[in-house]
Amino acid sequence: MQKLLLLGDEAIAQGAIDSGLSGVYAYPGTPSTEIMEYIQVSKESKSLNIRAMWSANEKTAMESALGMSYAGKRALVCMKHVGLNVAADAFVNSAITGANGGLVVVAADDPSMHSSQNEQDSRFYAKFSFIPILEPTNQQEAYDMIRYGFDLSEKMRIPVMLRITTRLAHSRSGVIRKEVRHQNELKLPGNLRQFVLLPAIARKQYRELLAKQSELQKLSGESGFNYYQPGTDTKLGIVACGLAFNYLMENFTESPLPYPLLKIGQYPVPDDLVKKIYDDCDEILVMEDGYPIFEEQLKGILNLGKPIHGRLDGTLPRDGELTPNIVAQALGIEFQVGKEIPGFLKNRPPRLCDGCSHNDAFLALNEAILSYGKGRVFSDIGCYTLSALEPLESINSCVDMGASITMAIGAADAGLVPAVAAIGDSTFTHSGITGLLDAVNNNSPITILILDNSTTGMTGGQTSSAYGKVEDICRGVGVKEEHIRIIKPLRKNHEENILIMQEELAYQGVSVIIPRRECIQTLNRRMRQQAKIKSLEII
Amino acid sequence: MKKNIILAGVGGQGILSIAACIGLAAIEEGLFLKQAEVHGMSQRGGAVQSHLRLSSTEIASDLIPEGKADIIISIEPMESLRYLPMLSPDGLIITSINPFVNINNYPDLELILQEIWKQPKYFTLDADAMAKECGSVKAANMIILGAASPYLGLKPQSIENAIRTLFKNKGEEMIELNLKAKNAGLKYVTENS
Ligand code: SF4
Repeated sequence: MQKLLLLGDEAIAQGAIDSGLSGVYAYPGTPSTEIMEYIQVSKESKSLNIRAMWSANEKTAMESALGMSYAGKRALVCMKHVGLNVAADAFVNSAITGANGGLVVVAADDPSMHSSQNEQDSRFYAKFSFIPILEPTNQQEAYDMIRYGFDLSEKMRIPVMLRITTRLAHSRSGVIRKEVRHQNELKLPGNLRQFVLLPAIARKQYRELLAKQSELQKLSGESGFNYYQPGTDTKLGIVACGLAFNYLMENFTESPLPYPLLKIGQYPVPDDLVKKIYDDCDEILVMEDGYPIFEEQLKGILNLGKPIHGRLDGTLPRDGELTPNIVAQALGIEFQVGKEIPGFLKNRPPRLCDGCSHNDAFLALNEAILSYGKGRVFSDIGCYTLSALEPLESINSCVDMGASITMAIGAADAGLVPAVAAIGDSTFTHSGITGLLDAVNNNSPITILILDNSTTGMTGGQTSSAYGKVEDICRGVGVKEEHIRIIKPLRKNHEENILIMQEELAYQGVSVIIPRRECIQTLNRRMRQQAKIKSLEII
Repeated sequence: MKKNIILAGVGGQGILSIAACIGLAAIEEGLFLKQAEVHGMSQRGGAVQSHLRLSSTEIASDLIPEGKADIIISIEPMESLRYLPMLSPDGLIITSINPFVNINNYPDLELILQEIWKQPKYFTLDADAMAKECGSVKAANMIILGAASPYLGLKPQSIENAIRTLFKNKGEEMIELNLKAKNAGLKYVTENS
């Protein structure tokens, strides 16, 4: 079959297309964004009529996918780890409704927080919800696991999580394709009450979900994604989950691995495999590219059995991504590192692009707010979060999607008046609208900047659900017309923009200021495309 | 055959085109390949790097172990030094000498170059000037690729084919420009080694 050079994300996307996918639902978030993007531009996906559009947030994405599964077709939902917090209500309950058409939820974790505010491990969510997990070690496995995941979901009538991390999501390698499979026909669930979680029904289905666990464990032992490999040196047994397996093997390219190994790629992990390595070895080392979830389970609170090493006892670092060197160190393997970084080298943190509209908006805000003093600007998640750093140093919070408006409400309630919220257009429709409704109902003395760059900038310029709708939404939610102010953040409008901001800061109610100017990156891209179209016309 | 390559630069400078060329060439030669990229926040003008691994046998880790990189290929002089801990003791640095200054405490360029020249093996190229001579400063990354090309363990023809494939949609003129830049980089290292 054809061999493609794909990112982990793209392998998942291609795997889903080839496995009879009918629809993908997602909100952009690093490192998961490229899955949807790949399906959107894929010619095959278009000819197969696969539904591929961005959702307003991860919860709406998860629910739409559940609806497609209800109707009997295969659906994929993709999000970054913190997106799963937003989708959690739907995700946890989807285990109890169960699936009809195959339903796979991709959760892309970000250990070491390359592009995130935390490094939570999505496997916790799946365990908590009794949802099986697939954790690929490489791009080929990611491709293969998607198909297996759909099959498992349909066989066991349960959603399946595919958990990846940044390293796999954004690493490229060769992937061999399988034959393309047809989509499912429309087919309602056999029991039309399956998705009605009234307590009486939910109780019954929850017991069924619990009963499925032993079968799920058995299947984990048969899939080939988990296996036990004996070794010659039984002083130590190694449990390697997901990518940890690669870092382990990297240290044994010249000589064979002497230790017994339990490789884990599917959960729930079969008890008999765990018992085998535990019985065979004197001590166990657990390696997980994420939280020490399996390690904690194996160890128990008191660790009354054999010594269990890993992140909890400091054999591996407690936080951050694993690397080949970290694993070598844990195993006492010597390695030679290169020279130190010269002391005069300076960090080069990310920054707003030259000409970015956010820059002009915050320069104006910095001046407008001067008389009230610093420390009152609550912000959100997007490129504009970079305005916390030098030289702007404009904002004082970044917690979760949408928290700017609601934190400003609370701070104003406490007496910090005026309080300011700064949120992007896409983040606003993701999770800001309900907060704005609270503010209106509360008549909070807050000024909200909805930084409208007409795109989802941070993740590379995906279509924003807010496009062309921001002021209508504000009106609809009940913000007074005269306190919805649209400004153009440009240097030449600087003085005028400061005045408008000052007027609204003085107002003792909800005001919304919309600094509107397109993201430079998407603007440039559009211009280039237009130029191309023009030159084609001339030919 | 086994090559560990670190590609370095600043977000938006085009290190991924270099990576894509090497990747395409490696695939054409039937090699195994792993290439870890940086996407997301750092792409906004931050320091970015890519780990590129080529091998005739299967590769385990997406990340190169510290001290195991054979080459650092950089389109920015300061960035070439950021990955010194990754470089093997007899590793090679190939870098542009054209600084990308987007921080206000950028160190003295002379200091940076002195440090590079202290390393056992290096090539420092004025890639911007060379690219301009070829027709466009935008082809600076291909100058650097050309300079690195004899050290990648790949056939010259596969690299040329890769450039043709990568710029296929941009027209014959772009292909020629990029090939010319690649050849200029190659010529520089052949004459100066
Ligand atoms: S990508 Fe767009 S929104 Fe983000 S910093 Fe650059 S110009 Fe600003």
